[in-house]
Amino acid sequence: MGRVRAVLIWAALATVLAVPILAAAASPLLAWRDPVYIGAGFAGIVAMAILLLQPLFARGSLPGLAAPRGRRVHRWTGGALVAAVVLHVAGLWITSPPDVIDALLFVSPTPFSYLGVIAMWALFATALLATLRRPLRLRPRSWRIGHTSLGAVIVTGSVIHALLIEGTMEVMSKAVLCGLVVVVTVRVMADLLGWRRHRAR
Amino acid sequence: MTATLLNRRTLIASGGSFVVFGGTGLFAPARAKGPDPTRSMRGGSNNYRPGAPIVERIGGGGFWMSGTVRRAGDGAPLAGQRIQIWAHTTEGHERDWHSHGATLTDSNGVFRLEMPQIVPAFGQPHGHLAYDSGDFKTVFLRPVMRSSTDTSLEAHFVLQPA
Repeated sequence: MGRVRAVLIWAALATVLAVPILAAAASPLLAWRDPVYIGAGFAGIVAMAILLLQPLFARGSLPGLAAPRGRRVHRWTGGALVAAVVLHVAGLWITSPPDVIDALLFVSPTPFSYLGVIAMWALFATALLATLRRPLRLRPRSWRIGHTSLGAVIVTGSVIHALLIEGTMEVMSKAVLCGLVVVVTVRVMADLLGWRRHRAR
Repeated sequence: MTATLLNRRTLIASGGSFVVFGGTGLFAPARAKGPDPTRSMRGGSNNYRPGAPIVERIGGGGFWMSGTVRRAGDGAPLAGQRIQIWAHTTEGHERDWHSHGATLTDSNGVFRLEMPQIVPAFGQPHGHLAYDSGDFKTVFLRPVMRSSTDTSLEAHFVLQPA
């Protein structure tokens, strides 16, 4: 029973992550973009997919990745998330430097750029905070509040950023992925910050 | 025989009506003023390439960029004005030279240039236009298409002397 459940959970998660990526791979816009621009777009989609995984790893919710192991994976995927965002921005920069400079300086004509840049800085701050956690001897409570607040900024910024963009992502699969990211993040934060009583498992 | 010009009641009534009607501009003096100069849009000059040549059409065509050029103040149409146009289309990125072209306004101040279909790039289906000939102040526009399936887009210039 536990095994079937585990397989089902992983299969559902794999589907939820694969569908938006496959749908984007079928986008007609790809025909009119060079490889660097296409890569930049997919780095953004992969980043959104990792954003769904991060809270699940942190909470230890996934079968086979309970508490200590889940946390370890969470740290690695956190690094991968930073890498994906760096590739996303770098690819866009190569494609059109002035558009990225406008976004970074907050003078872009498109509101979604601001949100993306805010989410990016919140992500970098999170990574920095995570590396400095031990050297600074952050207390667990300060760490948790700092990390989850930044996480909330990352998720809110990224989701609105993605939803406002008309790009290679297919609209329905994008909306479902973004919705799941928000729901999972809020639930896990509620658990970890103790807003909700843990149910006996 | 005391005539109170301003008591609390008249103050509230006149003050209230001033707030309601004063802000509407209904009682603004009539001005014989033409259109205000068009201001450059944010991001309008992105991937601008000075001196793009005047062309019959950009690439294979199929999409129409059109608009008008008028003078600030009196709104008179400006003929023979050079408008440069570029966009991310089915035939190239904004930065590509072959995505750029220019055209001149006719005697009615109207310009119209055929270009390849604009496709969404950097999150929005949009075009870029520039007036950069120097007789008037330079203006960069960045109109966004209502829908990415549209096959035309308009942008209008009101120019002021340089």
